[in-house]
Amino acid sequence: MNRSVKGSLVTLLTWVLVLAFFFPVFWMILNGFKPESVASSVHPKLFFSPSTEGYQLAMDRGMKGYLLNSLTASVTATIIAVVLAIPAAYALSIRRVKNVENALSFFISTRFMPLAAVVLPLFMILKTLGLLDNIYMLAVVYGAVNLPVAVWMMRSFFLEVPFEIIEACRVDGAGLGREIFRVALPLVLPGVASAALITFIFSWNEYFLATLLTSSAARTTPPFLGSFVDGRGQFLAVLSAAATIAALPVIIAGWVAQKQLVRGLSMGAIK
Amino acid sequence: MSVRELDAVEAKVATEPRRVNKKELWSARGLLLPAVIFLILLTQVPFVVTIVYSSLKWNLLYPNDRGFTGFDNYKSALTSGDLWPSIVATVLITAFSVILSVLIGMLFAILLDRDFRGRAIARTLMITPFLVMPAAASLIWKYSMFDTNIGILNWLSRALHLPVVSWSTEHPMLSVVIVLTWQFTPFMMLILLAGLQGQDKGILEAAQVDGAGTWRTFTWITLPHLRMYIEIGVLLGAVIILQVFDPIAILTKGTGGTKTLAYLLYERAFIGLDVGQAAAYGVVTVILTIIVATVALRTLFKVFMAGGSR
Repeated sequence: MNRSVKGSLVTLLTWVLVLAFFFPVFWMILNGFKPESVASSVHPKLFFSPSTEGYQLAMDRGMKGYLLNSLTASVTATIIAVVLAIPAAYALSIRRVKNVENALSFFISTRFMPLAAVVLPLFMILKTLGLLDNIYMLAVVYGAVNLPVAVWMMRSFFLEVPFEIIEACRVDGAGLGREIFRVALPLVLPGVASAALITFIFSWNEYFLATLLTSSAARTTPPFLGSFVDGRGQFLAVLSAAATIAALPVIIAGWVAQKQLVRGLSMGAIK
Repeated sequence: MSVRELDAVEAKVATEPRRVNKKELWSARGLLLPAVIFLILLTQVPFVVTIVYSSLKWNLLYPNDRGFTGFDNYKSALTSGDLWPSIVATVLITAFSVILSVLIGMLFAILLDRDFRGRAIARTLMITPFLVMPAAASLIWKYSMFDTNIGILNWLSRALHLPVVSWSTEHPMLSVVIVLTWQFTPFMMLILLAGLQGQDKGILEAAQVDGAGTWRTFTWITLPHLRMYIEIGVLLGAVIILQVFDPIAILTKGTGGTKTLAYLLYERAFIGLDVGQAAAYGVVTVILTIIVATVALRTLFKVFMAGGSR
């Protein structure tokens, strides 16, 4: 077979597979714009007169409140994780503590600890303190869950800072704060972006802890979506609209920051 | 152990000896401490408390009947017949989803490593399933793909004159694995694609010139090079999927052999209100995670690599 024909066939195959893989997302977005009777029809329709009925119904169910809670929890968790991770990662890379390896194992073992192992005491303690169904408390827990990843990732970025720069800065007699925030940090801003992106994605999408640690006032979007399972009658359009809104912030963040995504997902191991 | 592996991946670990004086060491500790204390408070302490809970007879329905029972919760976990099926479900769902997403992810990584028009768009579309909120993904699959009336899969079945299948009730395990594989294939693809793009093109060309076929080049050169990337993908993917809860809660509610440990614990603690028993399941989950993250993956790789380099 001709080489270029073979090449086009592989490209065609690639597109077919990619589009098939993407189809459920496409279908979700499309269904969100269908009138309910069209979306829940046995005969799937590709062409229809679009409607925002699904979106209105989702908002009528109070989705705005859940989205705001999700936003509060994710942003707060991201700030907590990044603010704590920067100095810790600095101490594990540039200004070395003894036993760097032990500290790193501590962080990674915490990351790999199943949430199932910690959720019961958290629930009991928060219940005793009256802090269940508190959005900031959920954010604190999310911050802790994502901190180890943020530390590992920030460290991999700090390791790339040329030590001569730090040394020159010390010779100039700059203090620790200046050394970190004025000299090193501006060089690793992509690392901060990576850490923030991953923390935000995991916090926004988290379902298990959100279901257990919140009930109404602090309810976030994933458990709200989960409540559709018990729905009756036709609800595919409103479900698709709600799922689209819920998924959109993370999809856009991930699309924009694809490069940061790989490094973040691998905890900084892959550059 | 995973620490060393991941550490070895770092292109260069700064090793030059640095003059460290006492004052500097203390300030470094001061930098590290807030993160460590925060984590100890929110994860290590609760885990120790979980171990304590697991030794208690404690059901919230009977608040006065509470006391130390030693290993009774573990004994009844072993004898009640819930634990073993749950471990099997967790391990099977994790193993199938990880293996499938690595294989399919590899296929997509190879396809997207080529130069073609619109590659960036194809890559962007491909990573989307991983970004979709897991609860949303499970719902979308449950209703718009698997459903007997309005699901696309059954519309396809009808169009091809095949029997209609109620996926999430007739094949609950498969349904969960499909959704997880769909979500994690992009994850594996991204990691493997980074590996493929980090390959030395000169070596590949030399292999071509020496007359090694595409398949031999792949198994002899590319696969060993990708080994580290596959390890990272499998390790991180497995540890996340071992905790899987969302698709279970939404697709099957733990029926049909899909009651993973996370779901079992949820059921026991928050529906059955048996704190002691649920805590025992939590401890078992940790032990299982440690085993899977060390032993099983290591063995898998030995087998996989021995086969690949024959």
